Amino acid sequence: MLIIENLHARVEGKEILKGLSLTVKPGEVHAIMGPNGAGKSTLGNVLSGREGYEVTAGSVSFYGVDLLAMEPEERAAAGVFLAFQYPVEIPGVNNTYFLRTALNAQRKARGEKELDSMAFLKRVREKLKDMQISDELLHRAVNEGFSGGEKKRNEIFQMAVLEPKLAILDETDSGLDIDALKQVAAGVNAQRSPERAVLMITHYQRLLDYIQPDFVHVLADGRIVESGDKTLALKLEAQGYAWLREEPAGAPA
Amino acid sequence: MSQAAAPVPFVEAQREAALPVSGIAWLDAARRDNLDAFLAAGLPDTRVEAFKYTALRALGQRRYAAGDAAAATRAIDAAALALPGVDGPRLVFVNGVLRADLSSLDALPAGLSLQPLSQALASDAEPLRFALARAYRDAGDAFAQLNAAFAAEGVVLRVAAGAQIEVPVHLCFVGAASEGDAMWHLRQVIELGEGASLSLVEHHLGHGEHAHLGTVVTDIALGERARLQHVILQSAAEGSTLVRRTGLQLRAGAHATLHALELGGALSRHELQADVAGDGARLETRGAFVLHGRQHADTQMLVRHTARNSSSEALWRGVADGRARGVFRGAIYVAPGADGTDASLSNKNLLLSANAEIDTKPELEIHADEVKAAHGATVGQLDPRALFYLRSRGIPEAQARAMLTAAFCRAVLDDLPNEALREHLSDLVARHLPQA
Repeated sequence: MLIIENLHARVEGKEILKGLSLTVKPGEVHAIMGPNGAGKSTLGNVLSGREGYEVTAGSVSFYGVDLLAMEPEERAAAGVFLAFQYPVEIPGVNNTYFLRTALNAQRKARGEKELDSMAFLKRVREKLKDMQISDELLHRAVNEGFSGGEKKRNEIFQMAVLEPKLAILDETDSGLDIDALKQVAAGVNAQRSPERAVLMITHYQRLLDYIQPDFVHVLADGRIVESGDKTLALKLEAQGYAWLREEPAGAPA
Repeated sequence: MSQAAAPVPFVEAQREAALPVSGIAWLDAARRDNLDAFLAAGLPDTRVEAFKYTALRALGQRRYAAGDAAAATRAIDAAALALPGVDGPRLVFVNGVLRADLSSLDALPAGLSLQPLSQALASDAEPLRFALARAYRDAGDAFAQLNAAFAAEGVVLRVAAGAQIEVPVHLCFVGAASEGDAMWHLRQVIELGEGASLSLVEHHLGHGEHAHLGTVVTDIALGERARLQHVILQSAAEGSTLVRRTGLQLRAGAHATLHALELGGALSRHELQADVAGDGARLETRGAFVLHGRQHADTQMLVRHTARNSSSEALWRGVADGRARGVFRGAIYVAPGADGTDASLSNKNLLLSANAEIDTKPELEIHADEVKAAHGATVGQLDPRALFYLRSRGIPEAQARAMLTAAFCRAVLDDLPNEALREHLSDLVARHLPQA
């Protein structure tokens, strides 16, 4: 579904991604790991279309369409979802209203019928129940006054309601205590399906104890320098990232 | 200036216009007197502080017909007047003319008297003398002078002492398309007796495209411990000019809450002058303008505290898109002896385009002791992180901007108790912004 080839991207004139290639198929869970400054979050931001990221070379195709040519909202409607590392507080915008507007905007863009409030609420309540989230969340403004854990859970809850084809989780484990981490992981696991792919961006191996990846990639200096199965994550856990520097430059991705 | 200024067509037209004649000596004298004052001073230029950011040069070149001869019979879509949560007595004016056929004055609740000004003058003019015989002499009084000279119709609303009027009274001011540009003037006198309460919705709207000039001058007096909930929705025609002055007077223990939403008009101006003149009185004002295209809106608020332990809280928001221009001046004056006053003013503004402009000027003048006063004003832009967050969830950019703008204005509507009306006003804000 997702083919990234030789992606180069700059932020504020500085090259961060330097020839990243990655292929993700439906149903797969990929973990992207790497040291700080390797370009992990840049990858998520480039894929979701955040402003300020300049792609200088390479391509990203999503189901055969040029993802980089699309507006952020078009990417969302096509099925790309980014769980933010730092979810944004939006005072004055009610969570339920926000989610319904988002879902119906996506459905409209895809030529599907919009959901009326009854059908929408039914769907929302099912997802809340699945994720064991109190419906008090629905009455609050988007992320306003939420704890770190609540914000991350709200991201995964949004993912559950929007049902994307590709979910990119950007440091979803950061700032969570172990109980919150388990809850968030359970929410993600419940959404794994043969049609849905997940791209987890994380610094720590810890998240992978709860969401088992099919593939683990190591991102360093803007490139994927090593790929393997989940045992690669254990190697990183045991040895840290320092050994990467000893590998010959331009190691095969 | 050494040479005589060229005649200003707008002013000359007033010189030639016929004043209405009431046959009431003091009223006719006051009309003449205010017109003479206007003719002597002319339209204020931007050297007058109250018009610093609102230039009237273009207006000065225009000529308007005096009123609209066909206003009494113009077809008006009654459904356009309706507002959710507002289904009480209604008085409707079209281009300054009372329309009994669109109004609803039967079954007035006990204690409420609601009359057209013409009728009130015919039956008993004397109680209106204090309001209507006023001589306007300040440099910024041009439109009040014109209104005092030419307004022959309007609203006289009285609430008897102790009466609680729960159902909102709906006052509708329609500017309707007609042949050519018309000018009209309406005058309102509203009095709440001791311990009375009233919910009032003042609704300015356009019907068809036109470039009329309307003026409305309103005096509201609250007796001791009276309570007023006043909502103003201004959605006048986008080509029109509308100038309003609202004078509020609060006696001891009175409590007035104003919610004002300015959406319409090519040029709209609201001069809000409140006298918190009784011990322990409280005034809450909330308002927002949301402008696009080449709209210009100007709110000039002056709150004067002249009694002890009174309070006022002002919460105003401004949004300008396109090439629009918004002006907000909020002045708080605390008179000598007005000890224990607690006054605050917050004005936040949002520029949605590089070509829009907002000028805000909070002013504090304090002459008393033990006063708490706070004021602040900001001008900023939409948070790009919030915008991206909404778009990343599939919400198109124009819609996301509208949502964030409505949210920005939400604070001024939050404490409006009429839920149906509150939701409607919030929707109007979101819909007022152009959807790309």
